[in-house]
Amino acid sequence: MLNILVSIKQVPDTTNIRINPDTGTLIREGVPSIINPYDIVALSLAYQLKLRFKAKVTVITMGPPQAKNALKEAVEFGADRIILLCDRKFAGADTLATSYTLAEAIRFLQREELFDLFLFGKQAIDGDTAQVGPGVANRLGIPVITYVVKIENLDPIHRKIVVHRKTEKGIEVLEAPFPILLTCEKDLSPLPFVPLENILKAQRAEPETFNAEGPLSFQRDKLGLKGSPTQVKKVYTPELKRIGKIYNLDDVSLDDVVSKILDVLRERDLL
Amino acid sequence: MKEVWVYIEQEEGKIHPVSFELLGVAQRLASDLSGRVSALLLGYKVEDIIDEIFAYGAEKIYYLDHQVLSYYRHIPYVKGASELAKKYKPEIFLIGATPLGRDLAGGVATHLETGLTADVTELSIDSETGQLLMTRPAYGGNIMATIVCPHHRPQMATVRPRIFPVPERKSSIKGELIRESVELHEDEAKVKRLAFIPKEKAVNLEYAEVIVAGGKGIGSKDGFSLLAELAKELKGELGASRLAVEAHWIGYEHQVGQTGKTVRPKVYLAFGISGAIQHRAGMQNSDFIVAVNTDPEAPIFQIANLGIVGDWKKVAEALLFAIRKERSTDG
Repeated sequence: MLNILVSIKQVPDTTNIRINPDTGTLIREGVPSIINPYDIVALSLAYQLKLRFKAKVTVITMGPPQAKNALKEAVEFGADRIILLCDRKFAGADTLATSYTLAEAIRFLQREELFDLFLFGKQAIDGDTAQVGPGVANRLGIPVITYVVKIENLDPIHRKIVVHRKTEKGIEVLEAPFPILLTCEKDLSPLPFVPLENILKAQRAEPETFNAEGPLSFQRDKLGLKGSPTQVKKVYTPELKRIGKIYNLDDVSLDDVVSKILDVLRERDLL
Repeated sequence: MKEVWVYIEQEEGKIHPVSFELLGVAQRLASDLSGRVSALLLGYKVEDIIDEIFAYGAEKIYYLDHQVLSYYRHIPYVKGASELAKKYKPEIFLIGATPLGRDLAGGVATHLETGLTADVTELSIDSETGQLLMTRPAYGGNIMATIVCPHHRPQMATVRPRIFPVPERKSSIKGELIRESVELHEDEAKVKRLAFIPKEKAVNLEYAEVIVAGGKGIGSKDGFSLLAELAKELKGELGASRLAVEAHWIGYEHQVGQTGKTVRPKVYLAFGISGAIQHRAGMQNSDFIVAVNTDPEAPIFQIANLGIVGDWKKVAEALLFAIRKERSTDG
């Protein structure tokens, strides 16, 4: 049996974010929380693998109490076990503290059962760091392949996988043994069709909750804000200053504006 | 002496231009710290590029040469970079925010148990504390955050390509080459490359001199074929906003912005692009921005050097016609 761990994050939908122009802070009211879109890909892939092979899927997230909703949604994608890492002491974690907390929880779960495949989104759309997946892999001492766009072959008998990884110059075809951590690009897996029974199951699902006190023990100084080497010094809204000249085609002729563009190109030897 | 390290990203002995950009900004940071710029080079038989690295401003190069490093793989590259950083303890360690660089940086910071700031677009030294101020867009570019790493060293950042200019090349300058060795084994690499499929048509947005870009206002796939003709005529590349990409009018490899590419062409022609913050984050460093949009209130006009309120298609067609005419009279 294939044993899969998926790590997800609940994020504000950044396409709907508004900024208070006076304070430069986020207006959170009315901004929906969603599962990070790249983590949806990871969940979809896990579901697809579950349909193809015999697989068990465990989904983990770290977040505030309402992150429970993200885990319930994961049950629609066939999650068999859902775990919420939730404690005020976990809050304010940067990527180093986050990867520590997740890796310790995964280590704890691995006392019971070893995972073959770890699936993470390539990055979360709120922080866009792409650092947590590689961080967890390094803490667990397992190999990682980032930016995976395709699973070419998965061989549960010989316990190995062949994947396509996207780089700037093309696609690398990479082979790796289990256990392996993959970070998922958008195109890796389509959204699955979710059967009604999963939706019903999701409504009833309750995650297991881990906090700073148990069931495992953490090094306190490595958690949350305290365990985060990076600090936010300042947050501000990028300023706009009008720098150029604006012409309206109601007032000036098309020939005039075209010749202005040509001048710009000519001055820079681009014609 | 405090060292500012720059990771030299190379594939098959070809240096990624972001490494030169980082050598440039590292010179400014090192001078503010009265320190020096050092480069970290990992690879296999890439001696040929050493003079290039000196020419762009490295005073020292730490070079780790090993067969296992013949192409990028996470485990051996992370091990090599981490062990050398542990040995020499740089004050600052900069890595390009490319797919390979980000992959590497996340691993190295974890081994060094230090802070790592992703995708930085501004770097400076705080004159009071001597700390590195790392500024980056967050929440899809809606806000900017300045991050510090006060108590851990090195202060690490991945830096977006095309934010900083490539410094002047001084070919006569030579520095100190330090050959390093770290014990690496093929077995511990775990991952093996079976094949490489090069991109069919490489879109080189980041380093294009001219970009002709379209947004939601273009209205259709067909609109992009007109822009493609214009781009071709100007020997430029075709760019797009996220909305145009999400409408499937054009491929993701053309996307400019926070979730796409950062560009700094000599001229950026924006047609039917409103200029949402996500888009501006990727193109505001262009030398000259021309914007055409029907909405006079579109935020793109706030950063345009030349703004035209009107129908994008009329302007694009007239411009294409005028360029072709100019070409034919040139003979």
